[in-house]
Amino acid sequence: MRHLLGIGDLSRDQIERLLDRADSLAQLLERENKKLPTLSGRTIVSLFFENSTRTSSSFDLAAKRLSADTVSIRAQGSSVTKGESLRDTVQTLSAYGPAAIVVRSPFVGAPGMVTRWTDAAVINAGDGKHEHPTQALLDAYTLRNRLGSLDGKNVWIIGDVLHSRVARSNILALTKLGARVTVCGPPTLIPREIEALGCSVSYTLEGSNEADVLYVLRMQNERMAAGDNFIPSVGEYAKRFQINGERLGARQLLMHPGPVNRGVELSPDVVDAPQSLITEQVAAGVVVRMAVFYELLAGRGEPEGGQKRATAVAPMPDGATR
Amino acid sequence: MSEQTGTKPRLRLAGPARPLAPTGPKVADGLSFKGGRGADMLIRGAHVFDPREGLDSVLDVIVRGGEIAELGAGLSAPEGAEVVEAAGKHLLPGFVDPHVHLRTPGFEYKEDIESGTRSAAAGGFCLILAMANTNPPVDNSGLLRSLRMRAAAEAHIPVGFSATVTKGMKGEELTEMADLADAGAACFTDDGLPIADAGLMRLALQYQRLAGRVIALHQEDPALTRDGVMHEGAVSAALGFAGVPAVSESTMIARDTLLAEYEDARIHVQHLSSAQSVETVAAAKARGVKVTAEATPHHLSLTDEAVGDGTDANFKMNPPLRDEADRQALIDGLRDGTIDCIATDHAPHAAHEKEVPFEQASMGVTGLETSFPVVYSDLVVPGVLPLALVVEKLTCGGEPFGLPAPRIAGGAVANLALIDLDATWTVGEEGYESRSSNSCFAGRQVNGRVLMTLAAGVVAFRARSFAVQEVGA
Repeated sequence: MRHLLGIGDLSRDQIERLLDRADSLAQLLERENKKLPTLSGRTIVSLFFENSTRTSSSFDLAAKRLSADTVSIRAQGSSVTKGESLRDTVQTLSAYGPAAIVVRSPFVGAPGMVTRWTDAAVINAGDGKHEHPTQALLDAYTLRNRLGSLDGKNVWIIGDVLHSRVARSNILALTKLGARVTVCGPPTLIPREIEALGCSVSYTLEGSNEADVLYVLRMQNERMAAGDNFIPSVGEYAKRFQINGERLGARQLLMHPGPVNRGVELSPDVVDAPQSLITEQVAAGVVVRMAVFYELLAGRGEPEGGQKRATAVAPMPDGATR
Repeated sequence: MSEQTGTKPRLRLAGPARPLAPTGPKVADGLSFKGGRGADMLIRGAHVFDPREGLDSVLDVIVRGGEIAELGAGLSAPEGAEVVEAAGKHLLPGFVDPHVHLRTPGFEYKEDIESGTRSAAAGGFCLILAMANTNPPVDNSGLLRSLRMRAAAEAHIPVGFSATVTKGMKGEELTEMADLADAGAACFTDDGLPIADAGLMRLALQYQRLAGRVIALHQEDPALTRDGVMHEGAVSAALGFAGVPAVSESTMIARDTLLAEYEDARIHVQHLSSAQSVETVAAAKARGVKVTAEATPHHLSLTDEAVGDGTDANFKMNPPLRDEADRQALIDGLRDGTIDCIATDHAPHAAHEKEVPFEQASMGVTGLETSFPVVYSDLVVPGVLPLALVVEKLTCGGEPFGLPAPRIAGGAVANLALIDLDATWTVGEEGYESRSSNSCFAGRQVNGRVLMTLAAGVVAFRARSFAVQEVGA
C-alpha cells in the first residue's frame, strides 16, 4: 500500500491488516510512555483545505505518538483554497521531504491528484463528498472490538447520505468486511444509483429495529448551498428520521461521526446512552491513524534516502510480538 | 501567417476585407478563409470513397487550380502538377464540423483562429463553424465583421462564424439578429449556455422569420443541472460528485422542439448526450418539426465510466459523458437518421484550467484532431457502423446551416481528406496542432491518420511524414 486514498482501493485483507495493526498498537499504548520511536526523524505534513477538529487533531496525535515531526498547513479561507495552486502548494511542501502528506479538501479526488506531484505517501483525510477512509477504518475498528466480527451484521446508515463522504467510505468498508448495509433517509438526500456501492436503500426507518448498528450521519448543512430545499424543514426530518430513545433498541449500537447536531439527527438523550459508541469512535481515531502511518511508512526507507526502500515490514518496536 | 495573435486581441476595424480566397476557388458567402494558391496535383491510386457520389474504387484524381478536374484510371500528371502517391490510402470528401470553439477574441491563450483552423485541417476538416461564446461574445455586427477580417488573414480553412442569440449571452434580450445575419453570421447560438427563459426562446424563434439562419441550441436546464459536474448515475454516486441528470437536457429539447413546431421555426440541437434526448428529437422529426441534431465523437465513444477516479478533468465536459445505454442510443440515432451529423464541440482549455480538482476544472475537450480516428477506431473497425455512414455524418455538418457537403466529382471544388486507415498512432504522442492539449483520448492508440487535407482547393494540411513527392514534368 503506497497511499491511502479511499476504501474503494482496499481489499478485505488490507483492511483487516490495518485493523490488526491498530489492535497491536492499542496494546502498546496501554503503557505509561505512549511514544513509539517508529517514525523518528520523519516528517508528516497535514494540509487541510477545510475545517476540522477531530480529524486533524487525531492525525496530529497519531503522528506524534510515532515520534514523527509534524507540520500543519491550514489553507482554509486563504488563497490556497483555489485549486489552481494545489499543485504549487504540494510541490513547495514536498521540498521538505515529507514521508507523508495528509490531505483534506472540499474537492473530490484532490488527494489522488496530490500523488502526482510528490514522492510522499498521501493519506486522504476527506475529499469532498467522496471518501473519508480513516473515518471508516476507525468505525470498523470500533465495531469489530465490540462485535468481534462484522460478517452478516446488519448496519443502517441513516441521514444525509448525499453529502456524506463518511457514508460512502463506510458502505464500502462495512460491506467488504461482510456486513449488510442499508442507507436510509429522505429520497432527496439519497444519491440516485447509490446501490451500485453494494448497499440497499430505504426511505423510512421501518425495519431499522432489526439492525445491529444504527450509524447516524450528520446533517451536512455546510455542504448545501443556500436555497437548496433538500428537506422541507428540520422538524419534519427529525419526526421521521431522528434516532431517539424510542427508536434505538436496547441491543442496538449507535454510532455517529461527529459533530452531532443534537435534536436534529439524534435526540440529546441517546448521545450518551449505553448503546452509544460515539466516544469510542473518537478514541479509536488515534490508534487507527497510527496504524495507517505505520503500514504506509514503517516499511519504507527514509525519505532522504528514497532509493533504499526496504521491502519487508520493519519489526514492531520494543520487541512487541506482532 | 500574416499576423500572430498576442494575448490581447487587437482587431483591425479599418480597411476593406480582403477578397476571399484570392487565387483559389471561391468559398460560399459568409465563410471566411485566408485562401491561397489553388492546388495542382495528381493524387495517384487512392481508394476514392464518397458514398454520396457512389464512389468506392481505386482511381487517380487530378486537381487543377483547386478544382477536381478529372477522375479516372491511369491519368498522367499535368505539367507543373505535384504527384501524390496515394496507393493504399483513402481519399474522402473533407470533413465539416459545425461546432468548434476558436476562443477568439478573449481566450487566445486556449486557441486562436490560426491554431484552431490548423488543428481542424490536421483532422481532415475543410470547413468549420466557430461558436460565439467568446469574451466579449459575438453579439454585434462590428465584432463579427472584424473576426471575419481576421479569419480572412489567418484561417487555414473556411470558417463560418456564429453570433449569439442574446446580448452578452445573458439570456435576457435578443441580439440584432438581422444585422448580424447581414454581416455574415452563419447561425445563431448561445452555445455554452442554454436559453433558460422559454419566453425569450420563443421571441428568438419568431424573429428568425426576419433574420433567417438556424438557431443552434445547447440544451440544459440550469435548475436541473445545478452544481452537477458529471452524468448523474452510479459513477457520480460512488465518487460523490453532484450529477447532471439526463433530463436536464431532454426536457429542454422537448420544450424547444414544441416551441419550434408552434412557431414553425428551424432549430439545430447541439451535442445530444442521452437516450431520452434522441427519442425526443426523433419524435419531433416524426411530427415534421424542422429540427436537426448532432453528436460528438466522445459521446459516441466513451461513457461516464471513463471518469474513473475523478482525478482527470479531461473527462469533464458539458454535456457530460453518459451511460452505455445513452451511448448506444446515440449510435442508433446516427444509424436511423435522428442525428444528422457528427460535431466535435472542440473546446480547448489551458493546462492550468484542467490540472485542478475535477469540480473546479473548466468544461470541455479538444476534438478536431481525433474526430475521425476515434469514430473510425471505435465504431467502424469493430463493425458497429459502416464507413460510408461515418463519412456522411462527418461531412454533412454544414447542411443544417445551408452549407452543402463537400463531394468528390468533376468540376467540384477540391475539399478532400487523404487518410491512411491502417496507420496506428497514439493520441498526443507527437503533440497537437491545437494550442491546447485537453483531449479525453490522450494516450489512446487509434487507427486512421490524416495525411493531407485540401480545403476550398488549397492544401491546408500535410502530415510531416507525407512530403511533396514529385512534380510532373
